[in-house]
Amino acid sequence: MLSVKNLHAAVDGKEILKGLSLDVPAGEVHAIMGPNGAGKSTLSYVLTGREGYEVTQGSATLDGDDLLALAPNERAAKGVFLSFQYPLEIPGVPALTFIRTALNAQRKARGEPEVTAPEFLRLAKTKAAELKIDFDMLKRALNVGFSGGEKKRMEILQMAMLSPRFLILDETDSGLDIDALRIVADGVNALRSPDRAMLVITHYQRLLDYIKPDRVHVLSAGRIVASGGPELALELEREGYDKYARAA
Amino acid sequence: MAAVKQTVEHVQSLEKYKHGFVTDIDQEFAPKGLNEDVVRFISAKKDEPEWMLEWRLEAFRRWLVLEEPTWAKVSFPRIDYQDAHYYAAPRKKEGPKSLDEVDPELLETYKKLGIPLREQEVLAGVEGAPRYAVDAVFDSVSVVTTFKKELAAAGVIFCSMSEAIREHPELVRKYLGSVVPVSDNYFACLNSAVFSDGSFVYVPPGVRCPMELSTYFRINAAGSGQFERTLIIADAGAYVSYLEGCTAPMRDENQLHAAVVELVAMDDAEIKYSTVQNWYPGDPETGKGGIYNFVTKRADCRGDRAKVSWTQVETGSAITWKYPSCVLRGKESVGEFYSIAITNGRQQADTGTKMIHLGEGTRSRIISKGISAGKSSNTYRGLVSAHPKAKGARNFTQCDSLLIGKQCAAHTVPYIEARNGQAVFEHEATTTRLSEDQLFYAMQRGLSQEEAVQLLVNGFVKDVLQELPMEFAVEAQKLVAISLEGSVG
Repeated sequence: MLSVKNLHAAVDGKEILKGLSLDVPAGEVHAIMGPNGAGKSTLSYVLTGREGYEVTQGSATLDGDDLLALAPNERAAKGVFLSFQYPLEIPGVPALTFIRTALNAQRKARGEPEVTAPEFLRLAKTKAAELKIDFDMLKRALNVGFSGGEKKRMEILQMAMLSPRFLILDETDSGLDIDALRIVADGVNALRSPDRAMLVITHYQRLLDYIKPDRVHVLSAGRIVASGGPELALELEREGYDKYARAA
Repeated sequence: MAAVKQTVEHVQSLEKYKHGFVTDIDQEFAPKGLNEDVVRFISAKKDEPEWMLEWRLEAFRRWLVLEEPTWAKVSFPRIDYQDAHYYAAPRKKEGPKSLDEVDPELLETYKKLGIPLREQEVLAGVEGAPRYAVDAVFDSVSVVTTFKKELAAAGVIFCSMSEAIREHPELVRKYLGSVVPVSDNYFACLNSAVFSDGSFVYVPPGVRCPMELSTYFRINAAGSGQFERTLIIADAGAYVSYLEGCTAPMRDENQLHAAVVELVAMDDAEIKYSTVQNWYPGDPETGKGGIYNFVTKRADCRGDRAKVSWTQVETGSAITWKYPSCVLRGKESVGEFYSIAITNGRQQADTGTKMIHLGEGTRSRIISKGISAGKSSNTYRGLVSAHPKAKGARNFTQCDSLLIGKQCAAHTVPYIEARNGQAVFEHEATTTRLSEDQLFYAMQRGLSQEEAVQLLVNGFVKDVLQELPMEFAVEAQKLVAISLEGSVG
């Protein structure tokens, strides 16, 4: 699925990723943990093609396709989805309109027919119910006036409806109370499947109690400095990032 | 491959202003320049009665002593008023009486513009589709007005201004210049002297006009300007909805469009006036060419509980100078102004409204959405005033500006004057930049950059778009998208 090799990336001329390598096979969930400023969000933006994140060396491929050569929307059509740490407000555009426009843009790019209105509404109703989102909320402008928890749930709803193949969750647990965290985690877990892969970026181990990773990687100073099973997350929780910060 | 790419790019560049073609037709002109003889020439061409000629000459003499205004936030080289034709018209045989006699070139032109001139073509549309009557003004003359018979059966008069002057002189003399006086301002005064055609609408008491009325203005001739005059009267309890559209060929010269629109609403009458303005904006890179759109539009809510709504989507013109206004004279009369003004390339717009509260309990509402992109400048200028007698007057104003890119400018210049202690005026204004964050967010979900801009901009202008008649809202939405093509990146 995802293969990253010796990735170097800079923002405003300052190198943030310094030779990052990572493999996430289909069907697996990998967690990226690390201290503030390690480059976690940079990694998610580089993989999704945000402007201003300049790749200076290395490669990133999805099922062998060069991701770095594609525009953000082309990567989305290939199935790359980023759940934002801080979801954006889109004034005047109802959530339903936003998601439908996105879905159809992706389908068009893949040469598939547009989704019909009844089909789309049925899908939206089902997924909203699963995530305990009041359907009327989808008629309001996306994320405008929504609470932090509602915004995160809206991210997961978009993810469920767009049905991506490679999912990146950037600090999805931040700003969530324990009930909301459970609902969001259930939504994410429902998307686990043998032909999907996930990258869960988090600062704390708490989220990993709900979304169980197959592998945990420690990112420090722009590089993966340690990898292990789920037990690595627990160790980090106990001992902190100090020793990895020094190692880097 | 390179050739294919070139062709694609060429087609795209054409698409940016798709109304930029010229109709090759035999036209007659007034001699270049402006003097009393030219005014007499225009009046004679139109077979006008003596009183009309006198009115024009009076306006012309006043214009000579007026100064061109300079307070608007726009800049352009001095206009040489002697270097233009003030009358241009397709050469014709003695006045075509039916559509079959109209020059096929003209019919073709309107077909290309998507304006239905043949009533049966309108009727042949989807069943239940709304119908609308059209007055088509080509340079200085009205070439045809549709559905006149059906409208007449309802008592509605819808015809060209020239025809109204001949056929309904009593109405024209009563109302012409009663809302925008001859010497109101420099451009209105110029218009009063040389106006050539435009639309005239009269809806009698208690009549609801059975269909949408519209006028389609087309500037075609080079070296000319367009000076149309529109007068709409809704008598007591009448209702009418009217829409105007405008386009012009792409030319390197600047062409002047100085129109005057007067609306009169009597007791309990309602007029809804919508504009989709898409004059050629000039070359986006060099700023060469484009229309100077210097227009005076004013409504007089003369009767009690009268209501007038102005809705405008302004996407074209090199320079826009326009303030559709309402004089709220009647008790409890209502004025509304909904505006989307988009500037891209090197366009300059200084536009807004005036709500003048004279009567007791009058209300007004202003929603203005300005979008600036490229190297353009976009100014909202508005006046809300309450006269001492306008007890309980209320106004709500919301002015939002959206900036796309880093080289454009947005300005908001509100003037508020309350001359009694019981008026309540609210004013809200925001300026935001179309954020890179929002664009990236939408693109990450699968939208291309252009689609993302469109979606965000449509969200921004939604409050105003929904005020347009439905069939035009869709057109306007497309127009918004085309106007902003290439505005990012």
